[in-house]
Amino acid sequence: MARYLGGLLALLFSASICGAVTIPGPISDAHRSVASELFGGSFSSLEEAYEAIRVFEILGIGNKPDVSATTCKQVVENLGSSSPVKDLFYALKVNGILKCKVNADVFKDIAVRVKATVNDASTLVDMYHSIASLVLIKDQASDVDVLLADADGIFHSIKALSQSDGRWRYSSDNPESSTFAAGLALEALAGVISLASSEIDQSRVNTVKNDILKLFDSIEKYDDGTFYFDEKFVGGREHQASLSTTSSVVRGVTTFASVISGKVNLPGNKVLGLAKFFLGIGIPGDAKDFFNQVESLALLENNRVSIPLVLSLPETVYSLSKKDQLKVRVNTVLGSAAPPLTVKIVRAFRSDAKDSAIFESKELQYDESNGIHVLEVFPDNVDVGTYVFVFEIVLHDSAGENVFATGGQIHVPIYVTGIIKVSNAEIVVLDSDLGSVETQKKLDLAGNVVVELSANHLQKLRFSFQLTTPHGHPFKPHQAFLNLKHETNHEHVFVVGNTGKKFEIILDFLGLVEKFYYLSGRYDIELTVGDAVMENSFLRPLGHVDLELPETPEKAVRLPPLPLDPYSRYGPKAEIAHIFRAPEKRPPQNLSLTFLSLTLLPFIGFLVGLLRLGVNFKNFPSSAAPATYAILFHLGIAAVLLLYVLFWLKLDLFTTLKTVGLLGVFLMFVGHRILSHLASTSSKLKSA
Amino acid sequence: MARSSSKDAQDLFRALWSAYAATPTNLKIIDLYVMFAVFTALIQVVYIALVGSFPFNSFLSGVLSCVGTAVLAVCLRIQVNKENKEFKDLAPERAFADFVLCNLVLHLVIMNFLG
Repeated sequence: MARYLGGLLALLFSASICGAVTIPGPISDAHRSVASELFGGSFSSLEEAYEAIRVFEILGIGNKPDVSATTCKQVVENLGSSSPVKDLFYALKVNGILKCKVNADVFKDIAVRVKATVNDASTLVDMYHSIASLVLIKDQASDVDVLLADADGIFHSIKALSQSDGRWRYSSDNPESSTFAAGLALEALAGVISLASSEIDQSRVNTVKNDILKLFDSIEKYDDGTFYFDEKFVGGREHQASLSTTSSVVRGVTTFASVISGKVNLPGNKVLGLAKFFLGIGIPGDAKDFFNQVESLALLENNRVSIPLVLSLPETVYSLSKKDQLKVRVNTVLGSAAPPLTVKIVRAFRSDAKDSAIFESKELQYDESNGIHVLEVFPDNVDVGTYVFVFEIVLHDSAGENVFATGGQIHVPIYVTGIIKVSNAEIVVLDSDLGSVETQKKLDLAGNVVVELSANHLQKLRFSFQLTTPHGHPFKPHQAFLNLKHETNHEHVFVVGNTGKKFEIILDFLGLVEKFYYLSGRYDIELTVGDAVMENSFLRPLGHVDLELPETPEKAVRLPPLPLDPYSRYGPKAEIAHIFRAPEKRPPQNLSLTFLSLTLLPFIGFLVGLLRLGVNFKNFPSSAAPATYAILFHLGIAAVLLLYVLFWLKLDLFTTLKTVGLLGVFLMFVGHRILSHLASTSSKLKSA
Repeated sequence: MARSSSKDAQDLFRALWSAYAATPTNLKIIDLYVMFAVFTALIQVVYIALVGSFPFNSFLSGVLSCVGTAVLAVCLRIQVNKENKEFKDLAPERAFADFVLCNLVLHLVIMNFLG
């Protein structure tokens, strides 16, 4: 029982600690070390190579020279040959980062080829790959003509695949619409705009903007303000996870916003929510997920919609005893510095009393050397407990409001811990009927003094103590248990009740004799006081009490078996030793063999006797038929005896009986024939 | 006195033997067979007395096989003996058939018991 409670306590405590960390911090060095491991190996395709190189570029990790060399070789090979558009697309993407040495003529050839495919392409994916390839060529070789003559037509054919809810279809003959496809379409449209030889009609761009707003209406949401996109249809040909879907939309929207002249007006909290979604994943263990996360964050880091700023706390636990400072960090998603701003605590309240604010509007000081905002003087009226602090980010430059998404009021749970004072501990043995004090012991729970008490079933035991917070208020912990443990390891746990200011428990032994199973003897007393915000939670022995309980009556409840140790229940079981019957003593083999030969002696004697008696086969029938029957008769008997031997060696009773039945019929027949023949012969002899 | 008694015994046995010599040969064969079975049983009893009774069912089946077949042989002898008027009408071949059948049944049981 005690271990169970201990486990529960640890669980509660860890849960409360885990629950505190709700705001994910920006990308940190942990990401960088994992990235080096995840993308360290060789790449099977250019797509993988691109993902690795792009992640390294974003995170500022240097490429290994041999990786660049081998990948460049692959890129040049791919660009030279007539590989599919998808491979060209990734080759160009890699080339955009690595800047391999590619002949300008090669770009010209590709541009001509890809332009041809743009007009023929029927599916969204093909269009996306061709247009994106052209955009990449434009960036990498400025002298190549990549401009689309029929930009309006291509724009229209992509737009024709859009649905009323802002999602896109993969092709005109595929009725299912997809959010992932919307991301691809937006990126393709952005490409068309940047490749257009004449400017695209502004009204068309505005309809796409509306599509984006509609798409953001279908965004999914968690309770903590995290936003993400998910694929709605089920049973599609390829199901995209919410991470890749969200990352596709982010890529599309940010690319589209960067090429148009106006601004896409998306609510800042949704953009921040998307950032929260990517950061909330932590560090993915899968290379594809890792790339999606890091690339999307990089796009959010520098986009024209709104740049999310992430408020994070290195620690959400404030210790009253240590008097350290409450620190807040504000960064962009990739961890770089935010523009000049002030962090304010709008208000703070106890998590169980939302309406009564502890304090309101405090400004945090900015520590420039460390880039953190510090609450230098922690308000005096904050006692131990769990609080919710409401932060707000105020940008110094009011124009920045349009550029940055700060997320308005940010609720952060803060744990204020402190040392709880334990006082007035007292343990008393009372006479039950009179209520007079038999023995009274004062206890200092801070030390390790133990008491020795004795009581009988007519007495009571009273134990009381007080808990006060550093501010002098009575404190009510999550757990206050008194534990009585008998010598035989039988345990009884009592919850210590709270009566206003102090904790008190009265154990009336008369009422407890049944519960104690009439077990007299020494009981060890243990006290457990614990709480998540109590820095000095303790579990300490108080001493022991010698109990004299009455004799066990006839009808009393039997003593239950001790509960099994929960940790051993799942452990290995004791090995099962198989006990076999010891083999019987056998006589020496020689003796047995001697007796085997001895048993043959009477048989030999029998044969010798037969010879001496002059036995002969003269009576054996001489004519053909009876002789055959005679031989068959003897063979039949021999067969039955052989069958018996087989039965002894391996056959079972049923097969034996069946065969015996058959042989028996045969034997009866031939036996009858031969014996009746013999009988007739002898009777003839007699009569003669 | 002692000498005369041993002589008497010798005389007795000689008389018995000469009387027995007149027995028909087929009865002698059966007697010989009975002796063979009984001695085999005796040897097994001696063996089990020496080494203890471990494969007891084997011992039982061995001894009972011998004793059983001896008893059956004695029955056969009774039926075949012409001086027994009781079985005058019974052909010796019929008696032999009975003997064979009983032996087969007996040994089926014995084999089952052998273990």
